[in-house]
Amino acid sequence: MSEAWLVVLAVGAGTMVIKAAGPVVMGGRPLPPDVSGVVALLAPALLAALVATATLAQGSALVVDARLIGLGAAAVALLLRAPVLAVVIVAALAAGAARALGVAP
Amino acid sequence: MADSPPIRFELRRGVVTAAPLAVAVGLFGVSFGVLAVTTAGFAAPAAVLMSMTTFAGSAQFAAASVMAAGGQTTAAIAAALLLNARYVPIGVSVARYLSGNSAVRFLKGQLVVDESWAIAARGDGSFNPGRLLGAGLLLWIAWVGGTVIGVLGGEALGNPAVLGLDAAFPALFLALLVGQLRSRRATTAAVLGAAIALSLVGFTPPGVPIVAAAAAALIGLVRR
Repeated sequence: MSEAWLVVLAVGAGTMVIKAAGPVVMGGRPLPPDVSGVVALLAPALLAALVATATLAQGSALVVDARLIGLGAAAVALLLRAPVLAVVIVAALAAGAARALGVAP
Repeated sequence: MADSPPIRFELRRGVVTAAPLAVAVGLFGVSFGVLAVTTAGFAAPAAVLMSMTTFAGSAQFAAASVMAAGGQTTAAIAAALLLNARYVPIGVSVARYLSGNSAVRFLKGQLVVDESWAIAARGDGSFNPGRLLGAGLLLWIAWVGGTVIGVLGGEALGNPAVLGLDAAFPALFLALLVGQLRSRRATTAAVLGAAIALSLVGFTPPGVPIVAAAAAALIGLVRR
Protein backbone atom coordinates (compact mmCIF):
# COMPACT_ATOMS: atom_id res chain seq x y z
CA MET A 1 0.00 0.00 0.00
CA SER A 2 1.38 3.43 -0.91
CA GLU A 3 1.98 6.07 1.76
CA ALA A 4 -0.78 8.25 0.31
CA TRP A 5 -3.35 5.45 0.71
CA LEU A 6 -2.22 4.90 4.29
CA VAL A 7 -2.74 8.61 5.04
CA VAL A 8 -6.18 8.57 3.39
CA LEU A 9 -7.38 5.52 5.35
CA ALA A 10 -5.94 6.60 8.71
CA VAL A 11 -7.17 10.21 8.50
CA GLY A 12 -10.58 9.09 7.21
CA ALA A 13 -11.11 6.50 9.96
CA GLY A 14 -9.70 8.80 12.65
CA THR A 15 -11.89 11.73 11.62
CA MET A 16 -15.05 9.59 11.51
CA VAL A 17 -14.36 8.48 15.09
CA ILE A 18 -13.63 12.08 16.18
CA LYS A 19 -16.87 13.36 14.63
CA ALA A 20 -18.90 10.54 16.18
CA ALA A 21 -17.37 10.92 19.65
CA GLY A 22 -19.79 13.65 20.73
CA PRO A 23 -23.04 12.24 19.31
CA VAL A 24 -22.38 8.56 20.17
CA VAL A 25 -20.17 8.43 23.27
CA MET A 26 -20.37 11.75 25.10
CA GLY A 27 -24.12 12.27 24.73
CA GLY A 28 -24.75 15.84 25.84
CA ARG A 29 -22.11 15.94 28.58
CA PRO A 30 -19.80 18.97 28.24
CA LEU A 31 -16.01 18.65 27.99
CA PRO A 32 -13.82 19.78 30.90
CA PRO A 33 -13.07 23.53 30.40
CA ASP A 34 -9.28 22.96 30.22
CA VAL A 35 -9.73 20.45 27.39
CA SER A 36 -12.04 22.67 25.34
CA GLY A 37 -9.74 25.66 25.94
CA VAL A 38 -6.77 23.81 24.42
CA VAL A 39 -8.76 22.18 21.60
CA ALA A 40 -10.13 25.57 20.51
CA LEU A 41 -6.57 26.82 19.93
CA LEU A 42 -5.34 23.78 17.95
CA ALA A 43 -6.75 24.97 14.61
CA PRO A 44 -5.22 28.49 14.68
CA ALA A 45 -1.84 27.14 15.91
CA LEU A 46 -1.65 24.41 13.25
CA LEU A 47 -2.98 26.54 10.39
CA ALA A 48 -0.41 29.27 11.16
CA ALA A 49 2.32 26.62 11.22
CA LEU A 50 1.07 25.36 7.85
CA VAL A 51 1.11 28.88 6.37
CA ALA A 52 4.67 29.41 7.61
CA THR A 53 6.12 26.07 6.48
CA ALA A 54 4.24 25.86 3.18
CA THR A 55 5.60 29.32 2.33
CA LEU A 56 9.19 29.11 3.57
CA ALA A 57 10.26 25.47 4.03
CA GLN A 58 11.91 23.54 1.23
CA GLY A 59 12.76 20.08 2.56
CA SER A 60 14.75 20.87 5.72
CA ALA A 61 15.83 24.37 4.68
CA LEU A 62 14.16 27.77 4.88
CA VAL A 63 14.11 29.52 1.51
CA VAL A 64 12.52 32.70 0.23
CA ASP A 65 11.09 32.18 -3.26
CA ALA A 66 8.07 32.95 -5.41
CA ARG A 67 5.75 31.31 -2.85
CA LEU A 68 6.18 34.40 -0.62
CA ILE A 69 5.01 36.62 -3.49
CA GLY A 70 2.03 34.28 -3.90
CA LEU A 71 1.23 34.59 -0.19
CA GLY A 72 1.39 38.39 -0.39
CA ALA A 73 -1.04 38.34 -3.31
CA ALA A 74 -3.32 36.02 -1.32
CA ALA A 75 -3.29 38.43 1.64
CA VAL A 76 -4.35 41.30 -0.62
CA ALA A 77 -7.12 39.15 -2.13
CA LEU A 78 -8.34 38.26 1.37
CA LEU A 79 -8.39 41.93 2.39
CA LEU A 80 -10.57 42.56 -0.66
CA ARG A 81 -12.90 39.81 0.65
CA ALA A 82 -12.33 37.55 -2.36
CA PRO A 83 -13.75 33.99 -2.13
CA VAL A 84 -11.29 31.22 -1.17
CA LEU A 85 -10.92 29.80 -4.67
CA ALA A 86 -10.12 33.26 -6.08
CA VAL A 87 -7.53 33.75 -3.31
CA VAL A 88 -5.84 30.48 -4.27
CA ILE A 89 -5.85 31.22 -8.00
CA VAL A 90 -4.46 34.74 -7.44
CA ALA A 91 -1.62 33.29 -5.33
CA ALA A 92 -0.75 30.64 -7.93
CA LEU A 93 -0.84 33.18 -10.77
CA ALA A 94 1.32 35.68 -8.84
CA ALA A 95 3.93 33.03 -8.01
CA GLY A 96 3.87 31.68 -11.57
CA ALA A 97 4.25 35.20 -12.99
CA ALA A 98 7.15 36.00 -10.62
CA ARG A 99 8.94 32.89 -11.88
CA ALA A 100 8.17 33.55 -15.53
CA LEU A 101 9.53 37.11 -15.21
CA GLY A 102 12.63 35.94 -13.32
CA VAL A 103 11.73 38.03 -10.24
CA ALA A 104 11.99 35.06 -7.86
CA PRO A 105 13.05 31.41 -8.07
CA MET B 1 -43.36 7.88 8.70
CA ALA B 2 -39.89 8.64 10.12
CA ASP B 3 -40.01 12.22 8.91
CA SER B 4 -42.87 14.30 10.25
CA PRO B 5 -43.66 17.34 8.06
CA PRO B 6 -41.77 19.86 10.29
CA ILE B 7 -38.54 17.82 10.05
CA ARG B 8 -38.84 17.56 6.26
CA PHE B 9 -39.41 21.30 6.20
CA GLU B 10 -36.31 21.96 8.31
CA LEU B 11 -34.24 19.59 6.17
CA ARG B 12 -35.24 21.58 3.13
CA ARG B 13 -34.49 24.86 4.95
CA GLY B 14 -31.01 23.51 5.68
CA VAL B 15 -30.44 22.64 2.03
CA VAL B 16 -31.65 26.05 0.85
CA THR B 17 -29.58 27.97 3.41
CA ALA B 18 -26.46 25.97 2.55
CA ALA B 19 -26.86 26.32 -1.24
CA PRO B 20 -24.64 29.43 -1.67
CA LEU B 21 -22.04 27.87 0.63
CA ALA B 22 -22.22 24.62 -1.35
CA VAL B 23 -20.97 26.44 -4.44
CA ALA B 24 -17.92 27.68 -2.52
CA VAL B 25 -17.36 24.27 -0.89
CA GLY B 26 -17.61 22.58 -4.29
CA LEU B 27 -14.96 24.89 -5.77
CA PHE B 28 -12.84 24.31 -2.66
CA GLY B 29 -13.21 20.57 -3.36
CA VAL B 30 -12.01 21.15 -6.91
CA SER B 31 -8.81 22.74 -5.58
CA PHE B 32 -8.29 19.82 -3.16
CA GLY B 33 -8.66 17.33 -6.01
CA VAL B 34 -6.20 19.22 -8.22
CA LEU B 35 -3.55 19.63 -5.51
CA ALA B 36 -3.91 16.08 -4.15
CA VAL B 37 -3.14 14.44 -7.51
CA THR B 38 -0.64 17.00 -8.88
CA THR B 39 1.50 17.84 -5.82
CA ALA B 40 0.86 15.23 -3.11
CA GLY B 41 1.03 12.07 -5.22
CA PHE B 42 -2.47 10.84 -4.30
CA ALA B 43 -4.14 8.40 -6.69
CA ALA B 44 -7.44 9.85 -7.95
CA PRO B 45 -9.61 7.28 -6.05
CA ALA B 46 -7.61 7.95 -2.86
CA ALA B 47 -8.32 11.69 -3.06
CA VAL B 48 -12.05 11.04 -3.61
CA LEU B 49 -12.21 8.48 -0.79
CA MET B 50 -10.56 10.99 1.52
CA SER B 51 -13.22 13.60 0.74
CA MET B 52 -15.98 11.01 1.31
CA THR B 53 -14.68 9.87 4.70
CA THR B 54 -12.74 12.81 6.16
CA PHE B 55 -15.02 15.57 4.81
CA ALA B 56 -12.90 18.35 6.38
CA GLY B 57 -11.04 20.76 4.12
CA SER B 58 -8.28 22.03 6.39
CA ALA B 59 -7.26 18.53 7.54
CA GLN B 60 -7.24 17.16 4.00
CA PHE B 61 -5.14 20.07 2.72
CA ALA B 62 -2.78 19.69 5.69
CA ALA B 63 -2.21 16.00 4.94
CA ALA B 64 -1.72 16.72 1.23
CA SER B 65 0.68 19.58 2.00
CA VAL B 66 2.86 17.43 4.28
CA MET B 67 2.96 14.67 1.66
CA ALA B 68 3.75 17.22 -1.08
CA ALA B 69 6.70 18.45 1.01
CA GLY B 70 8.04 14.89 1.25
CA GLY B 71 7.07 14.61 4.91
CA GLN B 72 6.54 11.49 6.97
CA THR B 73 3.27 9.58 6.79
CA THR B 74 2.85 9.71 10.56
CA ALA B 75 3.34 13.50 10.57
CA ALA B 76 0.72 13.92 7.83
CA ILE B 77 -1.79 11.80 9.77
CA ALA B 78 -1.08 13.51 13.11
CA ALA B 79 -1.35 17.03 11.66
CA ALA B 80 -4.70 16.23 10.00
CA LEU B 81 -6.21 14.60 13.10
CA LEU B 82 -5.05 17.42 15.38
CA LEU B 83 -6.80 19.89 13.07
CA ASN B 84 -9.96 17.80 13.32
CA ALA B 85 -9.82 17.63 17.11
CA ARG B 86 -12.13 20.67 17.12
CA TYR B 87 -14.91 18.32 16.02
CA VAL B 88 -14.97 16.72 19.48
CA PRO B 89 -16.40 19.83 21.22
CA ILE B 90 -18.48 20.67 18.13
CA GLY B 91 -19.94 17.14 18.18
CA VAL B 92 -20.63 17.40 21.90
CA SER B 93 -22.52 20.68 21.38
CA VAL B 94 -24.99 19.10 18.94
CA ALA B 95 -25.20 15.61 20.53
CA ARG B 96 -28.43 16.30 22.44
CA TYR B 97 -30.25 17.22 19.23
CA LEU B 98 -29.34 14.11 17.19
CA SER B 99 -31.89 11.31 17.63
CA GLY B 100 -31.73 7.62 16.74
CA ASN B 101 -29.67 4.62 17.83
CA SER B 102 -25.87 4.62 17.99
CA ALA B 103 -25.40 3.73 14.30
CA VAL B 104 -27.76 6.48 13.17
CA ARG B 105 -26.11 9.05 15.46
CA PHE B 106 -22.70 7.93 14.15
CA LEU B 107 -23.82 8.69 10.58
CA LYS B 108 -25.51 11.97 11.53
CA GLY B 109 -22.30 13.00 13.30
CA GLN B 110 -20.42 12.71 10.00
CA LEU B 111 -22.53 15.52 8.54
CA VAL B 112 -21.49 17.95 11.26
CA VAL B 113 -18.92 20.30 9.71
CA ASP B 114 -18.10 23.94 10.48
CA GLU B 115 -20.61 25.29 7.98
CA SER B 116 -23.57 23.00 8.73
CA TRP B 117 -22.99 23.57 12.45
CA ALA B 118 -23.15 27.33 11.93
CA ILE B 119 -26.33 27.05 9.85
CA ALA B 120 -28.05 24.88 12.48
CA ALA B 121 -27.16 27.13 15.43
CA ARG B 122 -30.27 28.82 16.83
CA GLY B 123 -28.11 31.42 18.57
CA ASP B 124 -29.06 30.37 22.11
CA GLY B 125 -26.77 27.32 22.33
CA SER B 126 -29.34 24.96 20.84
CA PHE B 127 -29.32 23.43 17.35
CA ASN B 128 -31.93 22.56 14.72
CA PRO B 129 -31.22 18.92 13.73
CA GLY B 130 -33.16 19.08 10.43
CA ARG B 131 -31.20 22.06 9.21
CA LEU B 132 -27.94 20.51 10.38
CA LEU B 133 -28.53 17.34 8.37
CA GLY B 134 -29.96 19.08 5.28
CA ALA B 135 -27.03 21.49 5.11
CA GLY B 136 -24.47 18.78 5.92
CA LEU B 137 -25.80 16.46 3.22
CA LEU B 138 -25.71 19.13 0.51
CA LEU B 139 -22.21 20.24 1.53
CA TRP B 140 -20.97 16.61 1.49
CA ILE B 141 -22.28 16.14 -2.05
CA ALA B 142 -20.65 19.44 -3.13
CA TRP B 143 -17.32 18.56 -1.47
CA VAL B 144 -17.11 15.06 -2.95
CA GLY B 145 -18.41 16.19 -6.37
CA GLY B 146 -15.89 19.04 -6.46
CA THR B 147 -13.08 16.64 -5.58
CA VAL B 148 -14.05 14.32 -8.45
CA ILE B 149 -13.94 17.24 -10.91
CA GLY B 150 -10.61 18.37 -9.41
CA VAL B 151 -8.84 15.01 -9.73
CA LEU B 152 -10.03 14.68 -13.32
CA GLY B 153 -8.82 18.21 -14.15
CA GLY B 154 -5.64 17.86 -12.09
CA GLU B 155 -4.49 14.82 -13.99
CA ALA B 156 -4.60 16.95 -17.17
CA LEU B 157 -2.36 19.66 -15.64
CA GLY B 158 1.43 19.83 -15.96
CA ASN B 159 4.41 20.77 -13.76
CA PRO B 160 3.00 22.37 -10.59
CA ALA B 161 6.00 24.62 -9.89
CA VAL B 162 5.72 26.26 -13.33
CA LEU B 163 2.02 26.89 -12.77
CA GLY B 164 2.66 28.34 -9.32
CA LEU B 165 0.52 25.64 -7.68
CA ASP B 166 3.03 25.33 -4.81
CA ALA B 167 1.87 28.81 -3.76
CA ALA B 168 -1.71 27.54 -3.54
CA PHE B 169 -1.16 25.72 -0.21
CA PRO B 170 0.03 28.74 1.81
CA ALA B 171 -2.78 30.83 0.30
CA LEU B 172 -5.38 28.23 1.29
CA PHE B 173 -4.07 27.91 4.83
CA LEU B 174 -3.99 31.70 5.19
CA ALA B 175 -7.65 31.91 4.11
CA LEU B 176 -8.61 29.21 6.64
CA LEU B 177 -6.47 30.82 9.38
CA VAL B 178 -8.14 34.22 9.01
CA GLY B 179 -11.50 32.58 9.84
CA GLN B 180 -10.02 31.16 13.05
CA LEU B 181 -8.61 34.38 14.51
CA ARG B 182 -11.69 35.19 16.57
CA SER B 183 -9.91 36.10 19.82
CA ARG B 184 -6.64 37.55 21.08
CA ARG B 185 -5.79 34.12 22.43
CA ALA B 186 -6.27 32.49 19.03
CA THR B 187 -3.96 35.09 17.47
CA THR B 188 -1.31 34.44 20.13
CA ALA B 189 -1.57 30.69 19.53
CA ALA B 190 -1.20 31.29 15.78
CA VAL B 191 1.94 33.43 16.15
CA LEU B 192 3.42 30.93 18.61
CA GLY B 193 2.54 27.98 16.35
CA ALA B 194 4.21 29.57 13.33
CA ALA B 195 7.32 30.39 15.40
CA ILE B 196 7.60 26.82 16.75
CA ALA B 197 7.23 25.36 13.25
CA LEU B 198 9.77 27.67 11.60
CA SER B 199 12.34 27.12 14.36
CA LEU B 200 12.16 23.33 13.83
CA VAL B 201 12.34 23.26 10.01
CA GLY B 202 16.12 22.77 9.87
CA PHE B 203 16.19 20.04 12.51
CA THR B 204 13.28 17.65 11.88
CA PRO B 205 11.81 15.84 8.84
CA PRO B 206 9.07 17.77 6.97
CA GLY B 207 5.69 17.58 8.72
CA VAL B 208 7.07 17.28 12.25
CA PRO B 209 7.28 21.10 12.75
CA ILE B 210 3.52 21.32 12.06
CA VAL B 211 2.67 18.63 14.61
CA ALA B 212 4.97 20.27 17.17
CA ALA B 213 3.17 23.60 16.64
CA ALA B 214 0.15 22.01 18.39
CA ALA B 215 2.02 22.70 21.65
CA ALA B 216 1.12 26.38 21.16
CA ALA B 217 -2.49 25.44 22.02
CA LEU B 218 -1.38 24.71 25.58
CA ILE B 219 -1.66 28.45 26.30
CA GLY B 220 -5.37 27.57 26.55
CA LEU B 221 -4.55 26.16 30.02
CA VAL B 222 -3.48 29.58 31.32
CA ARG B 223 -6.18 31.12 33.48
CA ARG B 224 -7.34 34.50 32.31
